[in-house]
Amino acid sequence: MDTIQNDPLSILIVGVGGQGTILASRILAGVVLRKGYDVKVSEIHGMAQRGGSVVTQVRFGSKVASPIIAQGQADIILGFEKLETLRWLPYARRNATVLYNTQSINPMPVVTGAAVYPPDAEDRIQSEFPQAVPIDALSLAQKCGAAKAVNVVLLGLLSRFLSIEEDVWLDILRETVPERLLDVNNAAFQAGRNGLLV
Amino acid sequence: MKVLMTGNEAIARGAWEAGVVVCTAYPGTPSTEIIENAATYKEMDSEWSPNEKVALEVGLGAAVAGGRTLVAMKHVGVNVAADPLFTLSYTGVNAGLVLISADDPGMHSSQDEQDNRHYGRAAKIPVLEPSDSQECLDYVKLALTLSEEYDTPVMLRMTTRVSHSQSLVSPGNRQEISLRDYSKNPSKYIMLPGHARLRHPIVEERLKKLAAYAETSPLNRTEEPERSEDQERLEGTRRVGVITNGITYQYAREVLDENVSLLKLGMTYPLPRQLISDFIQSVDECYIIEELDSFIEDQIRAWGFSVYGKELFPTVGELLPETIASCVPSLLKPSLRRDFTAASRGPDSESANTEDRAPVQHVGRPPVLCPGCPHRAVFYVLNRLKLTVSGDIGCYTLGALPPLNAMDTTICMGASIGVALGMEKARGRDFARNLVAVIGDSTFVHSGITALIDVVYNKGTTTTLILDNSTTGMTGHQENPATGVTVRGEVTTRIDLPMLVRAVGVNRVVEVDPFDLDRFTDVLKREMAAEEPSVIIVKRPCVLVRPAPARSQVSAQPPVSVNSALCTGCAQCLRLGCPCLVKDEPEPGAKIRKVSVDASQCIGCGLCVSLCRPQAIVRKEG
Ligand code: SF4
Ligand code: SF4
Repeated sequence: MDTIQNDPLSILIVGVGGQGTILASRILAGVVLRKGYDVKVSEIHGMAQRGGSVVTQVRFGSKVASPIIAQGQADIILGFEKLETLRWLPYARRNATVLYNTQSINPMPVVTGAAVYPPDAEDRIQSEFPQAVPIDALSLAQKCGAAKAVNVVLLGLLSRFLSIEEDVWLDILRETVPERLLDVNNAAFQAGRNGLLV
Repeated sequence: MKVLMTGNEAIARGAWEAGVVVCTAYPGTPSTEIIENAATYKEMDSEWSPNEKVALEVGLGAAVAGGRTLVAMKHVGVNVAADPLFTLSYTGVNAGLVLISADDPGMHSSQDEQDNRHYGRAAKIPVLEPSDSQECLDYVKLALTLSEEYDTPVMLRMTTRVSHSQSLVSPGNRQEISLRDYSKNPSKYIMLPGHARLRHPIVEERLKKLAAYAETSPLNRTEEPERSEDQERLEGTRRVGVITNGITYQYAREVLDENVSLLKLGMTYPLPRQLISDFIQSVDECYIIEELDSFIEDQIRAWGFSVYGKELFPTVGELLPETIASCVPSLLKPSLRRDFTAASRGPDSESANTEDRAPVQHVGRPPVLCPGCPHRAVFYVLNRLKLTVSGDIGCYTLGALPPLNAMDTTICMGASIGVALGMEKARGRDFARNLVAVIGDSTFVHSGITALIDVVYNKGTTTTLILDNSTTGMTGHQENPATGVTVRGEVTTRIDLPMLVRAVGVNRVVEVDPFDLDRFTDVLKREMAAEEPSVIIVKRPCVLVRPAPARSQVSAQPPVSVNSALCTGCAQCLRLGCPCLVKDEPEPGAKIRKVSVDASQCIGCGLCVSLCRPQAIVRKEG
């Protein structure tokens, strides 16, 4: 697997409030910071309620100006949920790497019956980005012992596409997550990083 | 060592390093984390004030008394604090005072996107605009120095992206500075007309001095392309200049060609006339790229320069990198030009944002009230009774969205009660029988009390629901006077809402638990029918509140489940809008869509259990 080398490199992390995207971006930022890159992270927060669409942007390289990724300029999309991945595809470069969790979470208009969840979400992702990599992060996280570790599974997957040593990821993971959850998170990271090989 | 900080963290850090002793604020996105971070530094006395006006008044007192002060609020908070602000401009400070105005272009979490630089001009005080976290830290320190040197409050204007983006910062140490002397000075601090008349010329004089300072201030700088004039003449290129400020400076740096000259204004009021005119004259054409209003541009045009500005760039919403790029495709970096030039959008474009892939509208994902939220029960009942609901600002504004649909107006902090009284005055008593004002505990303390006094004084009969969830929920669970805990986590006297309401003259005060749907409905009907004002205190804590000594925490119960043999698919429970209740696909051969519970999210609040007539929804034991 080739790693992605653009400078700066722009990663868009999208998902649903409560899925742990913010922790994921914090770990990612910690990793690239440890590698000595300039880094900017942008996230919109301040609405306490769960369940809304959330997006975090991480950009790093020798020098980063804008914390925001312009439409059509993301090198990587890390999608925590199918519909959210589909929603943010216009932010990806044509040759971007799209990594997405196959989980679907119904938004309120779908719950109330006012709209339907796009049944072909995955097909549409695949037709626009035939190289897109799906992963069932929820099952993998559950197998590792905590459904909440979906975010770390996805980071494990992401780590395969960045030229940063595994040790750095593991170090930052250890410094970020509570000690009692470390084993679960290490397992989750490995599941995301190597799980696809088996 | 450099650390990654949000703009808000860097503001708090800068204040601490600059020896600030008092910090005040009322929570409001995107400013909230400033005081939350300030409160972690023990050398600073940080407070959540009941509202922004009080926050600025406390700040004024602290600065006049000789201590460096930080006051923070969101843009609309400055509207509330405008009264003391304009007079503070006349009195000046003693020790430095910096007012953070966190604006919200794009309205990520606000009711409008006003551009608060206008306040700087109207109040005749300097306005500084940082563009990243390091500048947040540096500018706070500089603002405090300027404040003391020019005897003026200084506004530091942030925007959501500056407040919430993280970038690298080199933190320093705290500089301990002793309090400035305080002495009585009536002609400076008592703004009687006779004194104020003497102060106004001082303010005008101060503005001139600040404008002179702006000419040479490190806050304003030009960034010239690296190339020689000979080279330029040889190439015969036109020289392009861009004047920009705040976060748009970073976007401009990101997308514009390196041959463009930039004038970055870190101080946007008052503007440096000479510096700007020299810059404009050094280029063949000049563009003003600023988010929201044409604040810089209007001044430059008033000086008689011809520049490009809002005829190219929108006044509405955020001025994102892609917006700048599509407004001035000819100024872009060569690598971006193909992506953002409409004519050349074709299969060879690098960008995915091409016409063959125009963004499709997908079903939205609006935020929803949390599973187990106490407000859900309230708005379910208001919706069933088809009431006119004068709403307010907080999590409960989400009661306006489907399927609850139970709100008619939401204007600004504290407006609900006054708006309800006005409706009653215009449409009469009969209309008021089906009308309620709904306001949260923190919002009521912020600015609902005075309107309630109006109801009593002017003989209204408005029924007010105070939703007491024991926290300031929407902005992320801050303490407030009704929670009995301070921002530093100390236990304090808790405001007694029923007693307060009685004291202003409301005789009918009832407390109810909204989850007791029958009693709540009865009380509501009875109070709306009463021929006098009443207040219903709807009490149940937010499901996300942190445990604190002064209150109990809701303990999560095991999730409920649906016995699908009993479910008739009536969908009654779905009217609650609980995100855990989902409609299943019909079973093969069947038509009805039964309901199931997402056990990973359900906190077992039990609200849906009481609505299910066939008793299909059951609590799991254990
Ligand atoms: S209220 Fe009860 S019977 Fe009706 S749809 Fe909901 S679970 Fe089924
Ligand atoms: S008990 Fe019912 S209403 Fe309460 S959180 Fe669970 S599903 Fe939602």
